[in-house]
Amino acid sequence: MFNFLNQYASEILRLSGEHLILVIIAMIVAIAIGIPLGILITRHPRFASLVLGLANALQTIPSLAIFGFLISVPFLGGIGKTPAIVALTLYALLPIIRNTYIGIENIDPAVREAGRGMGMTDWQLLTQVELPLAAGVILAGVRIATVISVGIATIAAAIGGGGLGVFIFRGISTVNNQLILAGAVPAALMALAADFGLGLLEKKITQQKIKRSQFNRRLTIVGMVAISIITAIVTISLQQTPAKIIIGSKNFTEQLILGELLAQQIENHTNLQVDRRFNLGGTFVCHEAVKTGQISAYVEYTGTALTAVLKQAPMTDALTVYQQVKQNYAENFQLEIMPSLGFNNTFAITIRGEEARRLNLKTISEAAPYSRQWQAGFGYEFLERADGYAGLAKTYGLKFDKPPQQMEIGLMYQALANKKVDIIAGNSTDGLIPILDLFILEDDKKYFPPYEAVPVVNQAVLRKYPEVRGAIAQLAGLVSNQDMQKMNYQVDSQSLPVETVVRDWLRAKLPKQA
Amino acid sequence: MNSLDINVEFRDVNFRVGRRDLVTQVNLTINNGEALVLLGRSGSGKTTTLKLINRLLMPTTGQVFVGDRSTHEWDVIELRRNIGYVIQETGLFPHFTVRENIGLVPSLLKWSRSQIEARVYEMMELVGLDPAVFAQRYPQQLSGGQRQRVGVARALAADPPILLMDEPFGALDPINRQELQQQFRHLQKQLGKTVVFVTHDIQEAFFLANRIGLMYEGNLVVLGTKEEFRRSPHPEAQAFMACLPTNL
Repeated sequence: MFNFLNQYASEILRLSGEHLILVIIAMIVAIAIGIPLGILITRHPRFASLVLGLANALQTIPSLAIFGFLISVPFLGGIGKTPAIVALTLYALLPIIRNTYIGIENIDPAVREAGRGMGMTDWQLLTQVELPLAAGVILAGVRIATVISVGIATIAAAIGGGGLGVFIFRGISTVNNQLILAGAVPAALMALAADFGLGLLEKKITQQKIKRSQFNRRLTIVGMVAISIITAIVTISLQQTPAKIIIGSKNFTEQLILGELLAQQIENHTNLQVDRRFNLGGTFVCHEAVKTGQISAYVEYTGTALTAVLKQAPMTDALTVYQQVKQNYAENFQLEIMPSLGFNNTFAITIRGEEARRLNLKTISEAAPYSRQWQAGFGYEFLERADGYAGLAKTYGLKFDKPPQQMEIGLMYQALANKKVDIIAGNSTDGLIPILDLFILEDDKKYFPPYEAVPVVNQAVLRKYPEVRGAIAQLAGLVSNQDMQKMNYQVDSQSLPVETVVRDWLRAKLPKQA
Repeated sequence: MNSLDINVEFRDVNFRVGRRDLVTQVNLTINNGEALVLLGRSGSGKTTTLKLINRLLMPTTGQVFVGDRSTHEWDVIELRRNIGYVIQETGLFPHFTVRENIGLVPSLLKWSRSQIEARVYEMMELVGLDPAVFAQRYPQQLSGGQRQRVGVARALAADPPILLMDEPFGALDPINRQELQQQFRHLQKQLGKTVVFVTHDIQEAFFLANRIGLMYEGNLVVLGTKEEFRRSPHPEAQAFMACLPTNL
């Protein structure tokens, strides 16, 4: 464990800082919007149920859905820190609005009547009576919202927002529990610290003994110091020079490796700065991102591009597929498809080795009659795509008695080996297949189109930084199927860090580096 | 406002909420320095009438004149700061000390610190609370009677010409109530404020009033001195008289 901590210590600190900043900024915005809104609805009770109902509804939407939904929203959406902060803010709103409203409404009505009757203006009543008396309850709402935010901020990583979720998602993709903990534990500690710290503040505020004027002065000083610190943090974090090239990737091990490959290659052969936004939700997220320029490039598979993105009928000739995709991407999306990296990662319909041997199965056609009793486990994409489950079942006459389970790609192989599922749609370059004694059934009817790995690059980026083309072109045809399986294995089963695996491989394959 | 020419006048005032008439056709003049007691059962409209004076409520029709202007014309904040307001629940700010509670309107009027300080002490002596003991305390640390004394002190702090009191002693035990009634009558003789006092207690009304205004179902049915009230043929007045001990 110490070795792990040694290696990752600086990254844990950096991601914790990122996480903290996301939460702080979101909380500031939520407080700036939530408290005034809460005050407003005490003045206009007709809107109370509307506003509270709306905030309530927002909270019931699963956080992952809000993050996903924000991807296609212009301005505030997309990927990265901004949509992450927007989502966190929306979640923090309900506790803050509600507690502000309740805190003020629950003040003894005689106090408010006396105040008004003696000639206090609405502002004076608010600042001298209502807010001080409601402060404890309002702060309790802020406390709840903060703790919720720390937890939800882990999802920010799914849309490239950074934070401790990066470790968690990476740990899930590469089946590495230590990484998951490296993300989860600091997040939990942060939540506890926030809860404790704000709880102390709450207690101080609700104590009677502090003289009001003294308290006001103290609070103002604390408030100013806090605001200055926060402003400093925000300006510093925004000062970071924007990275010129942003490389994205989908959310499984091979994609992390290929993304890292592109990134290191560009770093080694150009003077450009590269920012990594890995573990993005899936094909569609990556496509939207590279189309709009939010990422500069990622690695796609030709078959996926053809059927899932271009929504055309699957074809079996590799060269035809490549050319079709290249032409369409250039015409419709202003995206450049560069030459294949050298391997074909097709869907691998996989069963346990012992089952294959016992029933003497080699092809999918041979396995089809047994499909009834099997529990299938498929990833979200496979189930959704035209070149996925639907077409496969029809071509081979597969009929499962129990409906297929939807699961994360990273968890599928273990589930298969542990007999939780009996047949999965994995990837042919997956390192775990030989290791876990799993068997790939041959696609004898040639249902799946070829899936050659190709870099997809935003053309505007290529025009602005032509050196990127040269760097990536060096990788053409360099990665064989065995290379890919080996690297996958190193990351998945040997738990080596992705950067190290890629660095070593590059050093071996392209010895003369800049 | 010049104390010499302030008075309160109701001209054909009606107050309605939805379809309920809470106050109907009230015509009433309250003179300088007089203590007018609004007497009536619960729901008779007396509190509503009181709140029309400091514009916590606005008439549906008709006008309420305070001094030279109707409440429609007054700047509501300035109006209220010139009227002392004491309510049954006291409504002291729980997060203010006694000193800060009493000094509220003076501080809203931006008096200097020393002026406020002096005035607070003066008021506390007036209502019989030892400043050395009570000034620093919070309302929770006071008894009911002490709290209401602070309420009265607070209402008088900015020296308003008019004082509105809504059943101020209703929540106190009989001994405290009597004590405060006596102190208040003494105070009233001393200060000569125009007071509008709401109560359902006929004894209290007879003890404190210059004139009594009897309200019944939103109407002002009897208006006059104690003698006139005693001799009134109105059934409601007689019902109240029946509640008085006979030796008064």
